[in-house]
Amino acid sequence: MTGLEALSAASALDLLAFSPPGWGAVLLAGLANSVVIALGAYALGFGIGIGGAFGKLYGGPILKDLLAVYTTIVRAVPELVLILILFYAFTGLLNEALLSWGYDRVQISPIITGIVVLGVVQGAYQTEVLRGGILAVPAGQIEAARAMGMPSVVVARRIILPLMTANALPGLANLWLNATKDTALLAVIGFSELTKATYQASATTKAFFVFYPAAMLLYLGISLTSTLLIGRIEKWARRGQRDVRG
Amino acid sequence: MQDFLKPHRIVLILIAAGLVTWCVLSLNWTWLAEPKYQVLILQGIWRTLWILVVTMVVGMVLAIPIGLAQAAGPWYLAWPARIFCTVIRGTPLLMQLWLLYYGLGSLFPSIPWIKDSALWPYLRQAWPFAVVALSLSVAGYEGEVMRGAFKGVPHGQLEAAKSMGMPAFTMFRRIWLPQALQRVLPTLGGETVSQLKSTPLVSTITIMDIYAVTGRIRQDTFIIYEPLLLLAVVYMVITGLIVLMFRWFESRTPTRTA
Repeated sequence: MTGLEALSAASALDLLAFSPPGWGAVLLAGLANSVVIALGAYALGFGIGIGGAFGKLYGGPILKDLLAVYTTIVRAVPELVLILILFYAFTGLLNEALLSWGYDRVQISPIITGIVVLGVVQGAYQTEVLRGGILAVPAGQIEAARAMGMPSVVVARRIILPLMTANALPGLANLWLNATKDTALLAVIGFSELTKATYQASATTKAFFVFYPAAMLLYLGISLTSTLLIGRIEKWARRGQRDVRG
Repeated sequence: MQDFLKPHRIVLILIAAGLVTWCVLSLNWTWLAEPKYQVLILQGIWRTLWILVVTMVVGMVLAIPIGLAQAAGPWYLAWPARIFCTVIRGTPLLMQLWLLYYGLGSLFPSIPWIKDSALWPYLRQAWPFAVVALSLSVAGYEGEVMRGAFKGVPHGQLEAAKSMGMPAFTMFRRIWLPQALQRVLPTLGGETVSQLKSTPLVSTITIMDIYAVTGRIRQDTFIIYEPLLLLAVVYMVITGLIVLMFRWFESRTPTRTA
């Protein structure tokens, strides 16, 4: 029995080896793709979220309604469906626009498509989290800043953003973990990130119980290091605040 | 109502109505009239709904012991429960689903006593794997929520029950669990919506839910956008119904917030 186990452990290591017959390089390339897309989508989502949150709170009536429609639709429809719709709509509309302006159609790299699609999804959720964060800023702080004659951009940069960071961080952290896991959905439209790479490796070698646990450890590694880092950032963001946990 | 119908909103509603009319009139909806596709669509919606309900119920039932083990269990129960929750919450559901379906699914035929068992006809189909994977996912996420809910029940309540001489299980059934569940109830609607949004993943393991049905219609008819629009509308309607249902449910549970 021990001999058998040693043998299978050895073959598992062979399968995960970095150079081909081993699939280690494929998995790590998939991991790199996943991380790049998650980072890109999160950054894009943060941009949309900041704009969306301020728009929802301080924008005109039409902007507020349009943002409400955007966040409601995105949060009510499955990511997988949004990915399909945006995937076809984004590339289709872009190509039609290019053709009508007299350019050739382009093939957009799947990484860019993935980032845009997941970024639009992230944007809706981040809008809500950031809006909550801004709402939790004591109104007196903002009024005081306005009373001092601060222009609204300066109020946002100097008062609202620093004060809301601590409130919004737990929600934003959750969304970051969601972003890393949502990259797996791109496997369904055939993009070679970590989940798809795992699928290909295990389908070829039939070693399901080598590759899936390995990939799960990689995902867990991402989420555990993220949690650790986020804990530090949160501590930093809460510096100077009284600890109310008692 | 007057508050809702501001002038700009009437304009927006008119624009939206115009968009919908344009979609109805100028897009290609002929496939909707075919009985073959109508049946498929209804079956797909039905499958999505029962997978949602079954996995939510099973997952919640599993979440109670998992939450309890983490909140009050000895270390040899608390640690496995915590590891389970971390793994479920830290890895994509799609990967868990594929591990079960492709991994276990390829392992089962080589084990004789499974192949001879009465369960084998079911294990050859895809839906048991989908139900197990989605239920475990609910159990993982809700187990964490239940842990907080169990811990959030005021200690005085439990002490009062204990001092009245209540046996431990009666205390759990009458005092601890109901109060913990009441704390979870407001989050449950949101969790059900997220679970609905996870159900299309089962289409990747050959289950013909509404997502897979529209995929098939798109392949058959070469129509790209219209089935996707229908799909989005179907999910939005189901989400709306879930939200309304839980709102009604919450209005019926008496709560006292300090």
